Amino acid sequence: MSEIAAERPKSPAFRFRFDRWAPALLLLAAVGIYLAACIVTGQTQYLNWDNLLAVLGRSIALGVTAIGQTFVILVASIDLSVASLISATTVLASVIMNGDPAMILPAIAASLALGAFVGAINGLIITRLDVNPLIATLGVSLVIQGCLSAFVSNFAGAVPVEFQFFAYGNVAGIPFAILFFFGLAMVASVVLRLTRFGSNVYAVGGNADAARFAGIPTGRIVVIAHIICSLCATVAGLYLASRLRSGAPWIGANGVYDLESIAVVVIGGTILAGGRGGIWGTVVGVMIFSLIDSIFNVLGVDAFVKQVLRGIIIVAAVAFYAVRSKRIVA
Amino acid sequence: MTDAPVIEMKGIGKRFPGVVALEDVSFACRRGEVHALVGENGAGKSTLIKILSGVYRPDDGEVWIDGRPVAFRHPVEAIAAGISVIYQEFSLLPERTVTQNIFLGREITRNWMLDSAAMCAQTRRVLDMFGAGRRIDPDALVADLDVASQQMVEIAKAISLDAKVLVMDEPTAALNEAECRELFETVDALRAHGTAVIYITHRMREVTRLADRVTVLKDGEIAARFETLPEPSAIVHAMVGRDISDFYAPFATADELGKPVLSVLGGSNDALHDIAFELRAGEILGFAGIQGAGRVALAMAIFGARPFESGTMTLAGDSVRFTHPRQAIRAGIGLLPGDRKGEGLVLMQSVRDNGMLTPRAFGNLFSSHRKTAFTDLAGMDRLLDQMEVKAASYDQDIRFLSGGNQQKAIVARWLALKPKVLIFIEPTRGIDVNAKSGIYRLMRDLAKEGAGIIMISSDLPEIIGAADRILAMRGGRIVAEHPSGASETAIMLDATGEQEAAV
Amino acid sequence: MTDHVLSAAKPEKARGLPQINPVYFLLAALIVAIILNNPAFVEPTGYMNFLKRAAPLAILAAGQVYVIVSGGFDLSVGSLITLVVVGSSMLSNNDPNATGWVIAAMLGIGLAVGVVNGLVVCFLKVPSLIATLGMMITLNGFAFMWSGGAPRGYLPDSFRYFGRFNIMDIPVIRMLPVAVIVMAVLGFALYWLMHRTNLGRMIHAIGDNPRAAQLAGVPVNRVRITAFVVSSLSAVVAGILLGGFAGVSTDVGTGYELQAITAAVLGGAQLLGGRGSVPATIAGALTLTAIFTLLNFLGLPQPVRQVVQGLILIAAVALAMYRRKRTGQ
Repeated sequence: MSEIAAERPKSPAFRFRFDRWAPALLLLAAVGIYLAACIVTGQTQYLNWDNLLAVLGRSIALGVTAIGQTFVILVASIDLSVASLISATTVLASVIMNGDPAMILPAIAASLALGAFVGAINGLIITRLDVNPLIATLGVSLVIQGCLSAFVSNFAGAVPVEFQFFAYGNVAGIPFAILFFFGLAMVASVVLRLTRFGSNVYAVGGNADAARFAGIPTGRIVVIAHIICSLCATVAGLYLASRLRSGAPWIGANGVYDLESIAVVVIGGTILAGGRGGIWGTVVGVMIFSLIDSIFNVLGVDAFVKQVLRGIIIVAAVAFYAVRSKRIVA
Repeated sequence: MTDAPVIEMKGIGKRFPGVVALEDVSFACRRGEVHALVGENGAGKSTLIKILSGVYRPDDGEVWIDGRPVAFRHPVEAIAAGISVIYQEFSLLPERTVTQNIFLGREITRNWMLDSAAMCAQTRRVLDMFGAGRRIDPDALVADLDVASQQMVEIAKAISLDAKVLVMDEPTAALNEAECRELFETVDALRAHGTAVIYITHRMREVTRLADRVTVLKDGEIAARFETLPEPSAIVHAMVGRDISDFYAPFATADELGKPVLSVLGGSNDALHDIAFELRAGEILGFAGIQGAGRVALAMAIFGARPFESGTMTLAGDSVRFTHPRQAIRAGIGLLPGDRKGEGLVLMQSVRDNGMLTPRAFGNLFSSHRKTAFTDLAGMDRLLDQMEVKAASYDQDIRFLSGGNQQKAIVARWLALKPKVLIFIEPTRGIDVNAKSGIYRLMRDLAKEGAGIIMISSDLPEIIGAADRILAMRGGRIVAEHPSGASETAIMLDATGEQEAAV
Repeated sequence: MTDHVLSAAKPEKARGLPQINPVYFLLAALIVAIILNNPAFVEPTGYMNFLKRAAPLAILAAGQVYVIVSGGFDLSVGSLITLVVVGSSMLSNNDPNATGWVIAAMLGIGLAVGVVNGLVVCFLKVPSLIATLGMMITLNGFAFMWSGGAPRGYLPDSFRYFGRFNIMDIPVIRMLPVAVIVMAVLGFALYWLMHRTNLGRMIHAIGDNPRAAQLAGVPVNRVRITAFVVSSLSAVVAGILLGGFAGVSTDVGTGYELQAITAAVLGGAQLLGGRGSVPATIAGALTLTAIFTLLNFLGLPQPVRQVVQGLILIAAVALAMYRRKRTGQ
């Protein structure tokens, strides 16, 4: 039999897997362009530790949302309701707090409860009613946005100074939000890599039938992934409320958090079909996006042009992974 | 070896909307025996297994394990009861490692965290239990393994579950000859180990090689039960309800062979090396070889889907070079893909639409769909009639047809264009015994009308029975030529390499 | 033998009497409900104004169903509508004589957008969902750039003719809005193209099984790009009609992509391709408009529309999945 074995593909250990290294390469490229942009425009004052933190700090909301989005994309689902959930959370939290520090905890609890509820609804519509995740979460997004605009059309509520620590506080010279983001990423990564739930997430996304036959409760895993995603969106909403010091019903849509969180996850090497990828890729994706933003700022790109470029960059980033595929996509 | 069955199914009945899938089926398997379950496609084998493994629940009857009735509500309960099923479609996760796959859904944890070291050690232990396992690395990604190794991982998964009953659903469908032999040895080992093996197949060779007892299913009912291994003809008779005389169509006579219609000289690309052969009009040319020998790559090269990078190709006297299937089709080459559902059919469309697909693809996009330069709807209906496609109506969605009839509808797609060369890849895969014979005759008829037929198949007996000439391929090269009716051993020898002969 | 088992399974019922798409019953029920709420609806001014209001969505949805049947989504149509309205007002600069070439220019833009969408999907292999979402962001950016963020609120009357003008004094129906004529003509053209030509069958085939279509010789990329172009051009026409009766702003088209998809889904189009009908999609668009009209009559505030639309979208897909599972497809 050994003759046949000799004809077989070589050991995988030596195979260079382009996709695994692509996010790092992209990050390197983004850093390079950023450095070049700073040097060419003579703005070397931006090249220091504080500015690095500032660059990252701008993407906390996106990063937290994207960590949640990673879970749903890994189970081969998608969540387009995060943007309106973020808006709803900023309004809900700041209206409940209404400037009163005593109401901070109730507000957080209420927000998380909302997130868990929306996530469960998303997950149940997808698993129980067999609705395409795209359509299900778009529909839920419309419902949330509709409910929200029925009640509020302007800034609402107020965030007490104490809660603004989330967005503006420092711990040991490092912004609390950044520490929080990396802490969250660490926890998410451990959950995915070292727990049975994480293993099940990859199984459900990789081959749902196989997972079901192995006794994995696939529906429950998808629902939990959606709850995690919505909870992350809620946390992003709390962060934004803390930063804006108030709630705004348009903040989620303005930030295009639904699309951008998906783009960040994809740039990080997680595939839309599910079952492959991870949290650190997403973190790298977030860094790449912050850097792109910073590059635009350094170069002084007009806001509208920036939007045009963003659309193109998102498509280009996905194309970067997809273009070598032999499959036909639709 | 006790005589009490480990598993017993009593009077099982199962109905789906409009179909009775199973009617009063009883079936048992003892420790240390291989019980073959045979039947044509659609006879109810898969349904029976899905009931056994808890995917479906029976409408009538009971499943007994170790003398006690059980009622599975979920596959995981069947697994817990000691029943493991290796399905036809692999249930492995390509992007995960061998270990992760084997422990899928029942990972070993310590303090809530996965214990990778323990799982890896156990995987190695299980893989070492059978010979083929030794070349598989527990940390390798399944995507990087070849089909046979993936099959071994499936078996290892079942063994590591300590299965009392192991169900193998057509396990050799994707394996070549050598790999089949490895699999058979593994089954022997399992039998010696005391596992009850339920082996589903429709290949007689495997039944005679492995089975202790045989049960034949037909149209959802037990057609025959053999307590000892019967003559293959008896099994076939029970399966189809009649003897199959002249299963294959006769070979071409010398005067039926015409001028060379397709010839390739020095054809090479990254999967093929120095391909040279000639196909004559009226000839069925078979390509034998193991999986990955380059047969499908050759078909795709001729068809322009993965073109030759060097060498020359001549079609009906003209030198040609195809870089896209459309060029090949226009020049008169047709191809019937091996994966009918994945590559051949547009399942939600009607039989007629499937037949008209290629004629329409070469018509003007903005002109009527009823008539093309090649044929119109009436002409297509005549072609479908001529091929005896059985359907309630040609407006019926093609997914409701049986495999054989679907295959014929795809042939109709090409016939409208009057092709000079037709390439059949695995023409009878997943097609039941009766219909197979019909496909062979169809190929012969097409050849008689002057087409050159290329036939690629992993089923060696079928190539020997149907092809006028056989080319053996190995490692992307054509290594030998055999006349019609050559012996299986001789072809295998060339297909697997010289050293193999010593074994 | 298997032939019997397999073919006896279903066709008798399925083919005995041709199944009527449930969307038509739903539409009929809604119209009855509207008439009960507002008897004036049976007057020509009532139903003609209804059809006129529905026309942009109907045309947009009829284009969208091309992309859906081919297996994709086109989310860029809403922002394309915005770009058309904003761009027309910028280009025509209130000059009534400019209308002709402005419309031609807009169709040109639509063609380009469709081709780019198609090329990105076919050759860069970006799933249409992402590709057209990217296009949506980009086109919105262009609309802002073009207008400097504050579009001027003028379009010449000659341009607004298509969306606003009614032809009066016609026997029996008394009035006939130009928009309704546009809808009827385009609706028929799109029906014919989808259900009576090779292109239509090819679109079905590539949405059903692109690999099989390719091996059967279907020019997959050309067909897919054509589907995106049809969708974009229909968005341009919808934009021209909307420019006629809505004002010029940077959010005229917002949300229309979802309404179009909802209409197609209501009409029974299968997401991810292979099945869908233009007339049923137009009926789906009329149904959606009828629901919105009814909500208006009931005095419900604007945001409720969004909630209802979200629920309809989910319910329609859930129902379709339920039916498919039950009939064992």
